[in-house]
Amino acid sequence: MAEDAILGFLEKQEEISDSGKFAEEHGFDHNEIVNIIKSLNGFRLVDAQDIKREKWVLTDEGKLYADKGSPEVQLFLAIPPEGISREDLQKKVDSSIFKIACNQAMKNKWIEMGKQVSRKVQNVDDRVKNLLIQVQDGEIIGQEDVEALKKRKLIAPQTWKGYSLRKGPNYAPKRKKAATDFTKENLQRGDWKDWELKEYNFEAKGQLAEGGHLHPLLKAFLHVRNRLQLIFLHMGFEEMPTNNFVESSFWNFDALFQPQQHPARDSHDTFFLKVPSTTKELPENYVERVKHVHERGGYGSRGYVYEWKREEANKNLLRTHTTAVSSRMLYQLAQKPFTPKKYFSIDRVFRNEAVDRTHLAEFHQIEGLVCDKGLTLGDLIGVLYDFFSRLGMTKLKFKPAYNPYTEPSMEIFSYHEGLKKWVEIGNSGMFRPEMLLPMGLPEDAKVIAWGLSLERPTMILYGIDNIRDLFGHKVDLGLIKKNPICRIGI
Amino acid sequence: MPTVSVGRDRLFQSLGRTYTQEEFEDLCFEFGIELDDVTTEKAMIRKEQHLEEDEPSEDEEVIYKIEVPANRYDLLCLEGLSRALRVFVGLDEIPTYTVANISKNDMHKMHVKPETNLIRPYVVCAVLRGISFDEATYNSFIDLQDKLHQNICRQRTLVAIGTHDLDTICGPFTYEAQPPADINFVPLKQSKSFRADELMEFYKSDLKLKKFLHIIEKSPVFPIIYDSKRTVLSLPPIINGAHSAITLKTKNVFIECTATDMTKAKIVLNTMVTMFSLYCKRKFEVEPVEVVYSDGKSEVYPDLSVYKMEVPLAYISGYIGTSLEPDQVTTFLKKMQLHAEVAKSGDKDCIFTVSVPPTRSDVLHPCDVVEDVAISYGFNNIPKRRPASLIPLSLNQLSDLIRQEIAMNGFTEVLTWILCSKKENFDMLNHKDDGSTAVIIANPRSADFEVVRTSLMPGILKTIGHNKDHPKPIKIFEVGDISRLDETKDVSAANRRQIAALYCGSNSGFELIHGLVDRIMEVVGTPFVAVGDTSGYYIQRSEEPEFLPGRQAHIIYKGKQIGTFGIVHPEVLNNFDIPDPCSFVELNLESLL
Repeated sequence: MAEDAILGFLEKQEEISDSGKFAEEHGFDHNEIVNIIKSLNGFRLVDAQDIKREKWVLTDEGKLYADKGSPEVQLFLAIPPEGISREDLQKKVDSSIFKIACNQAMKNKWIEMGKQVSRKVQNVDDRVKNLLIQVQDGEIIGQEDVEALKKRKLIAPQTWKGYSLRKGPNYAPKRKKAATDFTKENLQRGDWKDWELKEYNFEAKGQLAEGGHLHPLLKAFLHVRNRLQLIFLHMGFEEMPTNNFVESSFWNFDALFQPQQHPARDSHDTFFLKVPSTTKELPENYVERVKHVHERGGYGSRGYVYEWKREEANKNLLRTHTTAVSSRMLYQLAQKPFTPKKYFSIDRVFRNEAVDRTHLAEFHQIEGLVCDKGLTLGDLIGVLYDFFSRLGMTKLKFKPAYNPYTEPSMEIFSYHEGLKKWVEIGNSGMFRPEMLLPMGLPEDAKVIAWGLSLERPTMILYGIDNIRDLFGHKVDLGLIKKNPICRIGI
Repeated sequence: MPTVSVGRDRLFQSLGRTYTQEEFEDLCFEFGIELDDVTTEKAMIRKEQHLEEDEPSEDEEVIYKIEVPANRYDLLCLEGLSRALRVFVGLDEIPTYTVANISKNDMHKMHVKPETNLIRPYVVCAVLRGISFDEATYNSFIDLQDKLHQNICRQRTLVAIGTHDLDTICGPFTYEAQPPADINFVPLKQSKSFRADELMEFYKSDLKLKKFLHIIEKSPVFPIIYDSKRTVLSLPPIINGAHSAITLKTKNVFIECTATDMTKAKIVLNTMVTMFSLYCKRKFEVEPVEVVYSDGKSEVYPDLSVYKMEVPLAYISGYIGTSLEPDQVTTFLKKMQLHAEVAKSGDKDCIFTVSVPPTRSDVLHPCDVVEDVAISYGFNNIPKRRPASLIPLSLNQLSDLIRQEIAMNGFTEVLTWILCSKKENFDMLNHKDDGSTAVIIANPRSADFEVVRTSLMPGILKTIGHNKDHPKPIKIFEVGDISRLDETKDVSAANRRQIAALYCGSNSGFELIHGLVDRIMEVVGTPFVAVGDTSGYYIQRSEEPEFLPGRQAHIIYKGKQIGTFGIVHPEVLNNFDIPDPCSFVELNLESLL
């Protein structure tokens, strides 16, 4: 309505000089007009210039007096010509205005006040009320009167904002509503031919593709797992069979050249088993070679030089890392003519840790490894960039670290744009010759490997600072519902 | 990983300069240690006693807690840390540790009794002569013993260290094993004499010592060290005697390490003496002690000889994946305290003799030498490579993966004809045939088979046109090959694997198709990036005739346009006799490999 009026008016007239007057003349609310002008201006149908006016409006008190008369007049009228006792007068006049009324009436010298109150003049004129009505009607009053009313806080200044309008570059007598989508109606009506289509933001992502996530509960978490699996597959990695939680110390530690007195092999760190407590079978020839490399070295190594005990190697445990599976796989690989291999696994591992904000007794380990001849540290770095950039982590740096079965060993850090700092995201390295050569792999075969916990990237990606929020039976369902967007990007 | 607490100011003083915390963190990162925490003595005590955090006062000494690799025992004290860092930044040469040249007659002797075999068979000893302690170095000396006990000594089970004021005792010494009731002495920090079995009872309430009691408690004999006057030096691995306790004024220190593991005993002794011979009158010189066994055999400790390792240059370069010059390698190794000499020169068969000092027991194999070269070179300076064996998925495997993903998003797969009419392939899609794209059939039997499709679009649209009565919305997709003219091929044409998907309903479904594009990119692990960034993909407005203006865009993948999506142009819909709005995406799959 109002929009049509504005556009229609401009069709014939050069300009609307004052939106306020326009609203008044055409019977519109000015606020409504302002909103329409803003929208029309946005689409450049009109060209709007701000105009500002200072004007006076009545305060609540002022409005009251404009209606009922000023307090002093009310008081005056309450005094009968013969006078009245102060007490009686007080009863006749509204208590909220009595004091003001007395002061003003005295100031105007209208009344005589003692125990008895009497009129000093016979008639009074309610000038204040008249002035207030004038202000209310938008009439101009004298500066002195303005000051007086302002002082009595009966009027207050107000900035009035409005616009002057001319035709804009896109002016049309009738606006076409910008469409947001193309529908069957548009197709049938054919109105797409000369419509206006709202700008689409191609810098934002599209509507979330729903479906395809198997578990509705741990969506974020499992989504990350699902993504990682796809990334490994896409990089041509084979998944290792990791369906064995119970492992022997031999495959979990000894085969990895981890000495038997290593702190990780303490009951503080590892869950050992009561039933079944020991392993029944190990490849004996290989065990001999492992024993030898621990005790006396070989393959170019000094060895750890200690007494290696078979009983320690036989002890069963809950695997502390999926690298136990890697050691079995690499051993098997070594029993056949050499072929390069790329393996990965994502599965549960166990640590005898006190559960707290950042530690869990069980968590998921992600591991990737490449076994081939002539691999170098440069290859490892290249693969890590490839892998992590697929998770959206493109800024990496590497810190020297220690790990019993890799040398060189590198901790992987990624720059977190949100946190504005480098965050440790995983570990990597090249498996030691003391691990690979006893297995029977050729001397020039190298293995580059990296690992990370599944929980860690998920925590970083979803800004979760307590790992227990993510995993286990104490998981907060609300949290998962709050994070419905399964998008990786650090 | 063990953590070492060192006074920041003392550390900086010994490094010869001050660092901002950030500078120091960078140095640590490069070297492979980590500044774990910055605190003060009082704050640590407050934390231990669970007291409220007071405002730290200005004058409290700042303490750096530094995490060091678990196999670097030489970094467990300020002396070792600063020595390693000074050499790393090039301030110092590699120190040479020597054993004082004294005759066997002048050496202190430790006689080992055979009974010690029953409980703790090994002992190694050494003397630090002419040492001067101040309060800080004395504390560091005590702390290092603690750190070694906690780490390599595995809570004193494998090795226990005893240090004594040599001037209060008198050799030769004996290492014995006796029934507890026969042992009597005044232990450290006590004033009265205890019988060993009573002492064990007494320590059951000692918070620090009670955790070590189990190591010998059940044994019928306890290990014990005496001097020639039967003064008890120590009852390993529990406590030393009070008599020989070292003080700030001690000048000559006698160190004994008793052990169940000989290799570790030697490492521990070497760590103690190499670290603290720094404060001896003859810097880095250690006085040896002869350990004599009952069968007459004897050994002299400490063994500070370097371990020589032959490492070919090619081995190092091949491991790191970058070619290095011999003198570069020597310089790099020097920074890591490994002295390397070219034993055999020549480009291809240059071999180094690397001397591993007694402080570097972690160097077991040439691969450890390689790591030190790599650290020194800088992990972050090593050029990236792509392993030859890293062959990505085959096209068909990738196709299968993507097909499953799109199906999981609720799209139904269709399989359409490769051949179509020229009109369908061009005119009906608002395109003109300029003759540069399509393979044209010479002898078509019908107008339906005139050209090989140059996009999946006509087949998909024909499918929709024939399914007007199917309930809406319809979501279909196809993964298949198209063919285009290609002069680089012998036959002048080549296939391309494309993915296309379409949504048809009462609204356009444009955002849904846009979302599918995101999902496909997510599956292949490509991040969404800002316009112009070539590390991922982004979406850019396009002007293609088959799509509605304003609702169509190119998919830019690693800087290259690989596909387009948009609302199908109403004229095109009309051409295919489709009465409902449709959105369509098509992109090249091979580009994603």
